[in-house]
Amino acid sequence: MTPTLFLIQLLNGVQFGVLLFLIAAGLTLVFGVMGFINLAHGVQYMIGAYLTFMFYQLTGNFFSALLLGLITALILGLALEALVFRHLYDRDHLDQVLATFGIILFVNEAVKVIWGPATLTLPTPEILSASLQLTDNLKYPVYRLALIAVGAAVALGLYLVVVKTRVGMLIRAGASNAEMVSALGVNIRRLFTIVFGFGAMLAGFAGAMAAPIFTIEPGMGDDLLIVAFVVIVIGGIGSIRGAFIAALLIGLIDTLGRSLATDAMKLIFDASAANQIGPSLASMLIYIFMAAVLFFRPQGLFPARGAA
Amino acid sequence: MKKILGALGAALLATSAQAEDLKIGLVVTLSGPPAVLGKQIEDGFKLALEKMDGKIGGLDTELIVVDSELKPDVALTRVKGLLEKDEVDFVVGSVFSNVLGAIYKPVTRSETFLISPNAGPSTVAGRNCSPYFFSTSYQNNQNFEALGQHAQEQGIKSVFMMTPNYQAGRDAVEGFKKYFKGEITDEVYTPLGHKDFSPEIAQMSTSDAEALFTFMPGGMGVRFVKQFRESGLADKMKFLSAFTVDEATLPAQKDAALGFFGATSWAPSLDLPQSKEFVAAFEEKYGYIPGGFAMQAYDAAQLIDSAVKAVDGNLSDKDALRKALEAADFQSLRGDFSFNNNHFPIQDFYLLRVAQREDGKYWTEIDSKIFDDYTDSFAAECKM
Repeated sequence: MTPTLFLIQLLNGVQFGVLLFLIAAGLTLVFGVMGFINLAHGVQYMIGAYLTFMFYQLTGNFFSALLLGLITALILGLALEALVFRHLYDRDHLDQVLATFGIILFVNEAVKVIWGPATLTLPTPEILSASLQLTDNLKYPVYRLALIAVGAAVALGLYLVVVKTRVGMLIRAGASNAEMVSALGVNIRRLFTIVFGFGAMLAGFAGAMAAPIFTIEPGMGDDLLIVAFVVIVIGGIGSIRGAFIAALLIGLIDTLGRSLATDAMKLIFDASAANQIGPSLASMLIYIFMAAVLFFRPQGLFPARGAA
Repeated sequence: MKKILGALGAALLATSAQAEDLKIGLVVTLSGPPAVLGKQIEDGFKLALEKMDGKIGGLDTELIVVDSELKPDVALTRVKGLLEKDEVDFVVGSVFSNVLGAIYKPVTRSETFLISPNAGPSTVAGRNCSPYFFSTSYQNNQNFEALGQHAQEQGIKSVFMMTPNYQAGRDAVEGFKKYFKGEITDEVYTPLGHKDFSPEIAQMSTSDAEALFTFMPGGMGVRFVKQFRESGLADKMKFLSAFTVDEATLPAQKDAALGFFGATSWAPSLDLPQSKEFVAAFEEKYGYIPGGFAMQAYDAAQLIDSAVKAVDGNLSDKDALRKALEAADFQSLRGDFSFNNNHFPIQDFYLLRVAQREDGKYWTEIDSKIFDDYTDSFAAECKM
């Protein structure tokens, strides 16, 4: 691998990592703060993409579509919380998994009924449609750079909210001991509703931002959800800082792994065996990494302080 | 009392008369993103049925459509229902090879004719061929072989290959290599359902390969074509593909796929009167452009029609019915069509190029003919 290719792959890895962070951030808050396993998080990512697509068709402008999509995703998230999730907070994790899995099936099918099964595309916004000439052959879309910037901004904003503000303090306190916070006169249920609605909106935001690159189809969030869980487990459940760093690590490991694994295997095996083993090994790398982290630091790399 | 008995008798007579009619079970995938392909097959078959006034081979026809959900076990259960409960005379299916693999033995063992409107795995064409199986599509590898042949003919020196990491992806690479003897710079296998192709695109950009060969069906193809176009590589590398830019994916790919190449046995632009008539009628009724899937389903209906007519509706003499099917005495939408010993078509293969029509929609056009009366590579293994 030439140094140029290596640098490009680093950039690709960071960009994938930032996108993973956008998905994982909401998940880690809901899981860490509320102790609630929300498998429907991937569905909320998908809803964000579909809503933005729908509003884009109505308004013809990406940014107003994004705004309307986010507001609607927030409303839908709150509605789901009031109708379904609220009744599950005190139940055990298996009940939560079952109920939220049911929501996955329901929403995936509903999306297919409304928008059809075909893959849809959302054009890149005009203002970000240019591309940089990275090498003689390769252009890099400005939109992807914008995605990195937006992800970094969201990470910083979230970190400041959780660490520096009163709401953030309540969120952390609620995570350590919800009953005590409630005894001190804080409405913990309302706090959970706010966290959940915000998490749903973040997932929707990730879906909308990813749509111009990754396209839109039913079930689009399901496999990313698994990777998002890997990210929050490695980062330490409930930790924004952990989720950010773990997302970048996973993005880099996955990207570099996929471009290096086959070449590395060729040093050991002949070409056709390397072609068999390399791709499978590359797909496993992030899980191997997770297993290693869990072995040495079961609480994750950056456990949220005081979290249960 | 007599009256009631009389009515009963009449009803019994009526049901036995109904039993003379033709029952066809259509097994396609109608769930998830691949439903687009299943829908094409269902619509193509129904259009043929409508053109025949609901009578295939002159018999009142009942079409039972079942969804395989792209799950072999689900398909198997539903096909058993078709065979045992509905007692269908023909099973038409499926879209995907793994589903065909699951239903192949149960259907052919029950001595019911199975017609595939798309899937054509190598085992069914070779060692495990059956007197009760017919294909109106192709053997899977043929499209890839045609692309390899084209690359070889054009004197392309080096090719970068990228396919998903599963059996069909590996078959695609083997198929392409059959006639292509130039340099293969890389063989890259991505996970199925891959999202971000930028690492692979970066590898392509430094490979200095003249052409790209890829097989990225469905949503993967939509994402890849878009990202490949944005990377600017489309101006440097020739884009050769199968099942990646077709009528199922072009509505989403649009101008990102313009000028990209594919290969198969038909395109909606084919200049034959029966084909043009079919495309016009299909668009009029369903509002989208038919791809090869719809054409193959339409031909499957025509094939059954011709055979049932030839035996005068006598479905019990299976040998006579098989002879009539083997004759393929119908006007295929793709022109020349006849069956090889393994019941796979002998047909022409074309290089297709993505183009924009005058009404702004995108479709594939025939660029040039690659193979004339091409037979698949597995027919010799079939002892039939």
